[in-house]
Amino acid sequence: MSIAITTQFICFTVLSLVVIIGALGVVLLESIVYSAFLLGGVFMSVAGLYLLLNASFVAAAQVLVYVGAVNVLIIFAIMLVNKKEDLKPINDIKSRRVISTSICLTLLSLLIRVDLTNVWSLSSPQNSIGEESTIRIGEHLFSDYLLPFEVASVLLLMAMIGAIVLARRDVMTKDISTGLPVDQELIEKSPEPLLTNKN
Amino acid sequence: MNLESIPLQAFLIVSSALFCIGIWGLLNSRNAVRVLMSIELMLNAVNINLMAFSSYVDNNLIQGQVFTIFVITVAAAEAAVGLAILLSLYRNRVTVDMESFNLLKW
Repeated sequence: MSIAITTQFICFTVLSLVVIIGALGVVLLESIVYSAFLLGGVFMSVAGLYLLLNASFVAAAQVLVYVGAVNVLIIFAIMLVNKKEDLKPINDIKSRRVISTSICLTLLSLLIRVDLTNVWSLSSPQNSIGEESTIRIGEHLFSDYLLPFEVASVLLLMAMIGAIVLARRDVMTKDISTGLPVDQELIEKSPEPLLTNKN
Repeated sequence: MNLESIPLQAFLIVSSALFCIGIWGLLNSRNAVRVLMSIELMLNAVNINLMAFSSYVDNNLIQGQVFTIFVITVAAAEAAVGLAILLSLYRNRVTVDMESFNLLKW
């Protein structure tokens, strides 16, 4: 093995360990804030894996969109809804845990079996395209993937408007179609504001 | 062991493990924010899979990378709408406990 391959192996091992351990931390840690920051680490390591696959554009997009937007959004949501609350105990939590863990392990073994036993039709020179991939992505986006590209912009606009409408504070007091007053018990449970003054 | 590069199976196993961790978190989390984070983990696992295949199987027409771009777009939209739904749920129920969101329970 040449030194370049060895370096690739070391990078891959470190990155995949960070991904797996970080993901375990995201789902297992008690504090949701630690989970959110570990999630950022997982996203960064996934971007590193993309760099190992010679995809610098997608790695940059991953860092910008996931770490820069999604993770920050999650941290803001935690900041808005973070309230210490004593969760009600569930009486059959043990059996639920056992069932879900066994389902996940079965699925994992199935997937790994498929990964290892299937014969993939690999193309002979791997990663031959290299740094040209950004140009190829641009050609794809403006030729054969033009319609999904345009639909994605409409989707983003819809998501933006939908998020604004859903997160607005004012609620309607009258039903639009019937004109009857809306059952406020269902809509607004608490009159207290979201950001309460602690001191 | 004489390998020319990292085998494709290594990427596939990492993404399988990440996907299963995401499913476990989705099924077992009480906090709704953590459920959203688990969904993001699963989407990332799918992205790793697509990227690995586009690099190892289809390395001239890198369609997997284009698909990954689209998945990232949809994931960003999903996160925004999901967190808006979460905020409005929190406003109505004053909790983020998944067990208390049972209005549609049969």
